[in-house]
Amino acid sequence: MTPLVRRRVFTVGIAGLLAFYGWGLSGLPAFGDYRGPYGFLVDALAIHQTHATGIVSAVNFFYRGFDTLGEEFILFIAATGVATVLRELRGEHDREENDLAEGRAATLTSDAVRMSALVFVGPVLVMGWFLTTHAQTDPSGGFQGGVVMATAVILVYLGGQFLVFERLSPIDVADAAEAVGAGGFVLVGLGALMAGAAYLADFLPLGSPAGAVDASGTIALISFFVGVEVAMAFVLIANELLEQTIVVRKGSR
Amino acid sequence: MILLVHTAVRPPGPTWAVNALQVTLLVLVAAGAAAVVTMRDPVRQAVILSLYGVVLAVLFFSVQAPDVALSEITVGTVALPLLILLTLAKVRGGQD
Amino acid sequence: MSVLPFIVVAWIVGAGLYGIITSRHLVHQIISLIVLQSSTYVLLLAVGFHVNGVAPYFSDIPRGTRTVDPVVQALALTDVVVEAAVTALLLAFAIQAHKRFGSVDPEELRQLRG
Repeated sequence: MTPLVRRRVFTVGIAGLLAFYGWGLSGLPAFGDYRGPYGFLVDALAIHQTHATGIVSAVNFFYRGFDTLGEEFILFIAATGVATVLRELRGEHDREENDLAEGRAATLTSDAVRMSALVFVGPVLVMGWFLTTHAQTDPSGGFQGGVVMATAVILVYLGGQFLVFERLSPIDVADAAEAVGAGGFVLVGLGALMAGAAYLADFLPLGSPAGAVDASGTIALISFFVGVEVAMAFVLIANELLEQTIVVRKGSR
Repeated sequence: MILLVHTAVRPPGPTWAVNALQVTLLVLVAAGAAAVVTMRDPVRQAVILSLYGVVLAVLFFSVQAPDVALSEITVGTVALPLLILLTLAKVRGGQD
Repeated sequence: MSVLPFIVVAWIVGAGLYGIITSRHLVHQIISLIVLQSSTYVLLLAVGFHVNGVAPYFSDIPRGTRTVDPVVQALALTDVVVEAAVTALLLAFAIQAHKRFGSVDPEELRQLRG
């Protein structure tokens, strides 16, 4: 199919899609006129049932915990997929990359970039940890905290060299930590089963002031495991992609 | 069943100002999407993508969704451009 | 104003699809896919928005306040992070395509198979 024919088919298709979309749009309530009962119901019941004041995290890790488990495993498998796809032909192609790297002179990182990156590693790590452990009180949670913690590890690469980054996050430790995160989530759900409730129900004692850090039972625990898993998944992905470029860099030292 | 009295805490600022802000951000998001797609060079596209992520995050703030905005900022400005630029470094290394 | 967000969603979908179809570089295609996916976040949050609602966090506001819908925010939040990992998988495929066939042009890759 030539590009011109493809463009024509695209025009026809998008016209049909927009026609149906406009037809569906005519029956919608206006923007801002929210009528759905589920939101109001969750607002009314969530604080009483979970002692958490962050309703979004309560929905994520308690009311719809099973969906979050599925999403976390999408992340897990994507990281495994990246490692699998980029691991196959490493033996053959490394030699080719050495030839291509001879004529290249990669610029060294400037001192300003190195200083600012290294200064920020500590605060970013603490911020990520804070976000991971405060899912039940404020806008935070395992997913965001995990990405911020992975950012802290990547800042080490920006401030130094890839070899330091690799020593800081050896693949085995990152793999094991990611598995602990994913498995921990599943096991918390199984713990609820053993306590006699439904899978992923809240079986730990709820704290007394709603919204405290130790309140809301399993939500904080699940958020911690999710944060660990997300951080390690992104570190693994970054490690795999960085290893693809390391041979080019080695030619410039 | 829990009886609730709906108190009237409103978002700060008059309603027309909040609406104008949302309209502006929606138009900026549409312009940003068009800008990302029409830039053909992937390296510059990665930079424009991170700017698009910031505008999208501000739009999420203006519809009272700070959690989603936080996710979009961390992912859209750090993780995605990093992955894209690492891929481009590998892909372009053989083309020079 | 009442249908502007949904029009913007349709615009972003159209822009993303146009970028995917008329692309000559695999990484450009993947970035257009990212733009296409971002339209779903805008749609989810636009559906859940309430005009007088505040953010659904009750640590500093009284209990009965009307908020926006927290369920769609939970969906959009996990989506954003998970998609970055799936995009990484797509970029790994692009790297492998470049290694095996020497090109990242979708047109050339299509001709190689036939």
